[in-house]
Amino acid sequence: MSDTNGERSATIAVLVDNEAGVLARVIGLFSGRGYNIDSLTVAPVDEDRSRSRITVVTWGTDLVIEQIKAQLGRLVPIHKVADLSAEGPHVARELALIKVAGRGEARVEALRIADAFRAKIVDTTIESFVFELTGATEKIDAFLDLMRPLGLAEISRSGVAAIARGTKTII
Amino acid sequence: MNAEVNHAETPAAGAQVLLRALKEQGVEVIFGYPGGAVLPIYDALFQQNAIRHILVRHEQAAVHAAEGYARSTGRVGCVLVTSGPGATNAVTGLVDALMDSIPLVCLTGQVPTHLIGNDAFQEADTVGITRPATKHNYLVKRSEDLARVVHEAFYVARSGRPGPVVIDLPKDILIKPASYTAAPSEPHRSYRPRTEPDDAQIEKAVALIRGARRPVLYTGGGVINAGPEASALLRELVAETGIPCTNTLMGLGALPASDPHFLGMLGMHGTYEANMAMHGCDVMINIGARFDDRVTGRLNAFSPHSKKIHADIDASNINKVVTVDVAILGDAALVLRALVARIRAENAAPDRSAITAWWRQIDSWREKRSLAFVQPEAPGSIIKPQHAIRRLYELTRQTGRETFITTEVGQHQMWAAQHFGFERPNRWMTSGGLGTMGYGLPAAMGVQVAHPDALVIDIAGEASILMNIQEMGTLAQYRLPVKIFILNNQYMGMVRQWQELMHGSRYSESYSEALPDFVKLAESFHGVGMRATTVEELDPVILEMIKCDRPVIADIAVDQGENVYPMIPSGAAHNEMLLGPDKNRDSAEVTNAGMVLV
Repeated sequence: MSDTNGERSATIAVLVDNEAGVLARVIGLFSGRGYNIDSLTVAPVDEDRSRSRITVVTWGTDLVIEQIKAQLGRLVPIHKVADLSAEGPHVARELALIKVAGRGEARVEALRIADAFRAKIVDTTIESFVFELTGATEKIDAFLDLMRPLGLAEISRSGVAAIARGTKTII
Repeated sequence: MNAEVNHAETPAAGAQVLLRALKEQGVEVIFGYPGGAVLPIYDALFQQNAIRHILVRHEQAAVHAAEGYARSTGRVGCVLVTSGPGATNAVTGLVDALMDSIPLVCLTGQVPTHLIGNDAFQEADTVGITRPATKHNYLVKRSEDLARVVHEAFYVARSGRPGPVVIDLPKDILIKPASYTAAPSEPHRSYRPRTEPDDAQIEKAVALIRGARRPVLYTGGGVINAGPEASALLRELVAETGIPCTNTLMGLGALPASDPHFLGMLGMHGTYEANMAMHGCDVMINIGARFDDRVTGRLNAFSPHSKKIHADIDASNINKVVTVDVAILGDAALVLRALVARIRAENAAPDRSAITAWWRQIDSWREKRSLAFVQPEAPGSIIKPQHAIRRLYELTRQTGRETFITTEVGQHQMWAAQHFGFERPNRWMTSGGLGTMGYGLPAAMGVQVAHPDALVIDIAGEASILMNIQEMGTLAQYRLPVKIFILNNQYMGMVRQWQELMHGSRYSESYSEALPDFVKLAESFHGVGMRATTVEELDPVILEMIKCDRPVIADIAVDQGENVYPMIPSGAAHNEMLLGPDKNRDSAEVTNAGMVLV
């Protein structure tokens, strides 16, 4: 995924101490140094909730991505930084909750498309659906494009969670 | 971090536990200023003698004083301020220490935990405000974390690339009983910076050095921060190979100024020979410097024909500004030791005849005498600022006394860097990265506290000195005989110089109207004031100042129109220096692209 300026998208996984302010450190680093954030997710991952995993999707030249990794690496509560995009195949998924409001043919069409995308219906009224859709960012983007003329009312997306394929771990 | 908790003792109040942890960390001096939120700490300080407290007159000065203390001793400086304005006043000092990689621990008071977030009196979101101003910061919300956090803060401040660390201490945590935890012996759970360089990278570097015909060593604050041993190893490397060496502003003193291999400082106001050597070299060996914009000039013209080796303790400095051929991650002393050992073992010094030819080239650049100035000798002549620094250097040197120099920021700072020779590391304290006016007096205070018998001189400008002049009170209280040597040209000189060169001599707001009488000012603060206005008055004033065992302000009236040369204008390259109004200019035009740069 690189474009003509030599910029590429990078999915970076960061293992951090689950402590107050750690997310602010990461976000402050990105804004303070002018790096881009496409999406960011965070949640505790250890059994005792002592550590969290942050997944950041960013973009820049290889040099900028290296800078981002090095800058993250020197934050004190950070255990591990991995550029999943560069370190081999990985799986990246997002979850989206999508509200579509309408009646009649548009409503039926929305339902048909949702079925084709294997979206789940998690809430319904006679004039609305809430779909739950999981998949790669592109899949969710495509689904939203199709819903737009059919009464797309509201979107909540989780941002990307990602993990390396195979036995490799970043822990 | 599972150090044992000693349950046998009755828990002491948090403030006492705090002081015990500071003592275990070797703290002997704290620079601080009291206030409501830290009263429990001041109460605990009152009841002990192991830690000395120096009462400053402004919290910013406490941080700079701790910086001076840290830089002149190699130890972690310690600061104590209250909540709210105490903490916000400290922020400039913290950023200064962050930019110059100075190890500090700054204790800030905070409102009690149950009031945090309620806009309580003297409440500020200190961890929020200081997050980008520090290497790391902590808010202690549980008594049982207090001692552990203090130990960790000192570890973080001094490890890897050093820097300032804030510990925010709510008042209830200082009052409630807390258990003591000793400093842990096991490694930190996540922060373990690499210090030992990789052998393979050392090998690659040595291979480049072996084949070099025009090598140059470019060393920075990393060599100073790595301790005196690193400077000794640098001297060995230079002696072993004959490679010319230039230092950054932060790195002065690593190689003795009197060493014939020393090219002087490089960069915007560096010597002609240092910058030309950087431009013309074929192998550049950067140890502990960060390709700062004051050093590189225009990046696309920076040292275009060289292979570059960059050793740094901070991975984020490598390939940040300049892409290098060999990157070595590690502590400067360990890198230098490995380089010296391998060059010796493999007899890998560069070819002698090539080095000799390179030196011939450098000597021809030296003949430009880029730091030369003309001081009219006739009695009544106005003093050239460069002459004032040269005489200060020569006359202090003659005393044989241990001498430390701090500076404020501006022209006087650059003249001091150019004309005062430093023979050893840790004798030169200046605000490099942040460029903080008002740094020099409090920093000198911290140096003098650490070295009571040394000669400590703040080379100042009349504008900068007023930014922390209140610290004259601290000098008087603790009988710190700091000497303030003001090069007084009645202008913010560097601003005036840029206005002259880049803004058509429109001296907008750079003239200091209504300056104080510095002699009377010194006297009103229980110090000694002196003044020199003509060249024949200079030496007697310097000698009297050095002899005086009290704080002194020496007000030296200097030529108002003097500019700092040589100069690489913004947006120009190393080989496009301005050498001065009377000399040939290799290039003189400042481009529009250069104008936007600072």
